[in-house]
Amino acid sequence: MTKLRSILGEKKEAIVKRWLEDTTASYAPETRAFLNRGKDRFANPVGHALRVGTQAVFENLLEGMEPDRICSHLDDIIRIRAIQDFSPSQAVSFVFLLKKAVRAELGKEAEDPRLLVELTELDADVDRIALLAFDVYTRCREQVCELRVSEVKRSVAAIMERFNRSGPDSASAPDRSETKSKCTNEKRGGDR
Amino acid sequence: MNAVISLVAVVVLFLVGLLGGWAGILFGVIIPYLAVALFLGGLIYRVISWANVPVPFRIPTTCGQQQSLPWIEQAKVDNPSTTFGVIVRMALEVLIFRSLLRNTKTVLRESGKIAYAGSLALWLGAMMFHWSLLVILLRHLRFLTEPAPFLITILQEVDGFLLLQVWMPVLYLSSILFLVGLAYLLFRRLASPQLRYISLAIDYFPLFLLLGIGISGLWLRHLSKTDVGSIKELAVGLVTFSPVVNNTINSLFFGHIFLVCVLLAYFPFSKLVHMAGVFLSPTRNMANNNRAVRHVNPWDYPVKTHSYEEYEDEWREKMKGAGVPVDKE
Amino acid sequence: MVKPDEVAYYKKDDLLKVDYESLPATEWMDTPVDFRRGSYIYPGKPKNLKILDLPNPREWALTDDDWKLQENWKQIILEGMAERLKKYRSFKLFMDTCVRCGACADKCHFYIGGGDPKNMPVLRAELLRSVYRKDFTTLGKVLGKLAGARELTIDVIKEWFYYFYQCTECRRCSVFCPYGIDTAEITMMGRELLGLLGLYINWSIEPVANCYRFGNHLAIPPHGLVDTLEFMLEDIEEATGIKAGLPLNKKGAEVLFIPPSGDYVAAPGIYTCMGYLLLFHDLGLDYTFSTYASEGGNFGLFTSHEMIKRLNSKIYAEAKRLGVKWILGGECGHMWRVLHQYMDTVSGPADFLEVPKSPFTGTVFENARSTKTVHIMEFFSDLIKHDKLNLDPSRNDHIRVTFHDSCNPARGMGIFEEPRYVLKSVCNNFFEMPLNTIREQTFCCGGGAGLGTDENMEMRLRGGLPRGAAVKYVQEKHGVNQLAAMCAIDRATLTTVCDYWAPGVQATGITELVANAMIFKGENKRTVNLRLEPVPGMEGDEKEGGADDE
Repeated sequence: MTKLRSILGEKKEAIVKRWLEDTTASYAPETRAFLNRGKDRFANPVGHALRVGTQAVFENLLEGMEPDRICSHLDDIIRIRAIQDFSPSQAVSFVFLLKKAVRAELGKEAEDPRLLVELTELDADVDRIALLAFDVYTRCREQVCELRVSEVKRSVAAIMERFNRSGPDSASAPDRSETKSKCTNEKRGGDR
Repeated sequence: MNAVISLVAVVVLFLVGLLGGWAGILFGVIIPYLAVALFLGGLIYRVISWANVPVPFRIPTTCGQQQSLPWIEQAKVDNPSTTFGVIVRMALEVLIFRSLLRNTKTVLRESGKIAYAGSLALWLGAMMFHWSLLVILLRHLRFLTEPAPFLITILQEVDGFLLLQVWMPVLYLSSILFLVGLAYLLFRRLASPQLRYISLAIDYFPLFLLLGIGISGLWLRHLSKTDVGSIKELAVGLVTFSPVVNNTINSLFFGHIFLVCVLLAYFPFSKLVHMAGVFLSPTRNMANNNRAVRHVNPWDYPVKTHSYEEYEDEWREKMKGAGVPVDKE
Repeated sequence: MVKPDEVAYYKKDDLLKVDYESLPATEWMDTPVDFRRGSYIYPGKPKNLKILDLPNPREWALTDDDWKLQENWKQIILEGMAERLKKYRSFKLFMDTCVRCGACADKCHFYIGGGDPKNMPVLRAELLRSVYRKDFTTLGKVLGKLAGARELTIDVIKEWFYYFYQCTECRRCSVFCPYGIDTAEITMMGRELLGLLGLYINWSIEPVANCYRFGNHLAIPPHGLVDTLEFMLEDIEEATGIKAGLPLNKKGAEVLFIPPSGDYVAAPGIYTCMGYLLLFHDLGLDYTFSTYASEGGNFGLFTSHEMIKRLNSKIYAEAKRLGVKWILGGECGHMWRVLHQYMDTVSGPADFLEVPKSPFTGTVFENARSTKTVHIMEFFSDLIKHDKLNLDPSRNDHIRVTFHDSCNPARGMGIFEEPRYVLKSVCNNFFEMPLNTIREQTFCCGGGAGLGTDENMEMRLRGGLPRGAAVKYVQEKHGVNQLAAMCAIDRATLTTVCDYWAPGVQATGITELVANAMIFKGENKRTVNLRLEPVPGMEGDEKEGGADDE
């Protein structure tokens, strides 16, 4: 492990705490206190996800940047921010706050020229995480749109299906189980 | 800002009260009578004004299993179906603030097991404040009656006995709890951004007022040389409608009593009436027997509806075509 | 200030600073409402208002500056408030007694998931209370803002519209309030007042208009209903080989059955409806559907008290016309708030009906002796207790189910044990979600009270987060894959909530699970469930049975 990373490992708790606090600062002041205070996973799921998510992302950053794992932890946080009142830039900007948190906790050590190269590398890693965050954000937004569409479809499922069955080519006795499987997303083999 | 305005208001009121020493009749007799009249009159007016408004629907908030099949155990208090259940529910609400007790939080243990813990700070603060207020009020009855009733004397003994008796005169437990409870209620309003956001000046005012009353009361008892005899003479006089103001009463007492008068006069016109309001709350004081006993809405009126005849007139042919029976062929 | 959708925003050096330096907070009264896309629902269309003879029908949009209100709108609102303060003790009391203790602040699902301070129940009520103080109380008149009073302006009306349509009337906050202040009551009053100005959301006023004319929210005409139900009968036959009957508007039947209309056409509600048809047929219940009273759901509850009555009247009227003995209500949430807490008062007394008595067990439903209306879970649990249903719960062994208490049956009725008893009888794998997310503390799906449409999807997902988090927990811990709920809106909205927050968990009705576990008289070898999906563990039997499926 490199020098910087071992220092960061020692200061992990403080860095993550600062990063989390900076992140929750993007909420209204009265809400921010609620997010920071409540540790209840069920009564305060946003605060919980932010706390667990930031810690996991930071650990993964130290342990070698496995993109899939980072994405899954980013997802915990961004899934929430994607449907809150944030612009896209605001929703993912919390990633960059990690740079600030690291420097603030390193204090004087950050000026050590021997660490400079490593710090630059770390910044690049944070930038990569930000790009992943952008991917995750986009995926969540796409899903929201899909949910809207599929909900509308489901709300008229029976009508759509009846239309499919007895629709334009009802005379040719449509394959019922095929239309059925389209609607329920279930594949059934061996039709009669 | 809201808090500062309220604090200033209370300090000014207190200073006004201190002047009372120079106008004993006004501050010792006229204002207390006025305040009590306002309190009683106002409170009765408020309760009647609520009670006069009808309850059109039976809308209890059910917090437990309903009464249904005989083999299913009903939550008889949290979801009462009888008057007795409602009385117990109301009693728990009034006496131990049942709803605030519900404030639970889950704690996820390392083992992955879930545990539940009460989030009880608000409940504790509220209990401390309200109950010690009651005890203090009862204790004060000794000033109003001669001789003091037996039960009041007992209460006083117990209240004083529980704490170290090194203080002279005895420091009452209720006095401490009263101030600690109040201080906590004030502290959380100021410390929590959520609460600060929702708090109005009229939320801080009664807290400062009560604190002022409590502190001046403690001061009177423990720090200033107060002529208790004259005060009792005045108090008993007030109760028997033959008040005598003795000029040996110090002005601090007038500060204390003036704040009490302000509180009494303010009480019926502010949120403090919640004390009386809780008894009338339709989500708590009604039995959940909705399907068993019909509730009548006193102002019910006929409304425009779409009758079956109109419906059949619109769809008759289609209904016949689909084989649905119709009334008119 | 530069907004995020302008290029200049991204040129600012301090882009990130904006994020974490808390902005100077203005007091809530001075913070005007900001209509955010994804958080509001489109306005009611004039044609719907006209059908119902409601005031001020017109085309308008929330984002318009001018909402085209009546000229004397202020007078209308104030007179409307005065009238309601004289008619509803709840309203008057809840305006007066709040001490702003904050116990409710973090109990609202919209606040928990979104963080907008005006979604704290206490502030939602203060939106109305501030106007009440200004115009109806001495203290407010004298002290003004110090007493939390404010002038009624157009901006206040807009704020009301935004936030009273961000409340699902779920009553969770009311459980924690030491004075029992019920935000649902306040939201109902707020919506009634807005209605006086012709301010409705289309997603609730259109169902109301439909329900008035067609008898159901979805505007299914009588012949359409026949079609739909017959179509289900075909699927039932395919799944079980049983030809179930379809009693419609049948005079002299013993029981009138009232479901929510969502179950006629929306997946997965249709499978629950198929369950009703199958079970009643198998039991030999003498019952009937009605095309006129084809809906027990009542969006009037989300509109005004008068509208509750206008829509609800058809149920007793139809029961009387058909000459039934009692009424059985299906799996619906807000319908049961109305049937339980309002119907007898607005449309009763139902003295022409008989006290409900199960024809199979002889059980008399004493708790329904006045309304004569029984919940289907009460009916089923009584049947199961008396061993009248031939159940094989192992047929549901591939299902690991948890139960979502729907807000209205939970906090407006208290039906907790009956659905659990039925679920445990038909599924071997039942798991509870954490205690502070179920029963009387249950979290809303985020789409109740007329908010279950798609244009406010972000808002709904925020509101669904607390429920989603609890589902995800039991999914991770117990492998839960189905979320049962006895509410048609839940079945639609929780499917979406789960897709987003706990993917892999499906929403289902309880009756659907009952029908899947049931060994029906004369059924074919069962290989598929009511969704026509193959049931794991039952394909083997099929081969021996010699059917043609693989």
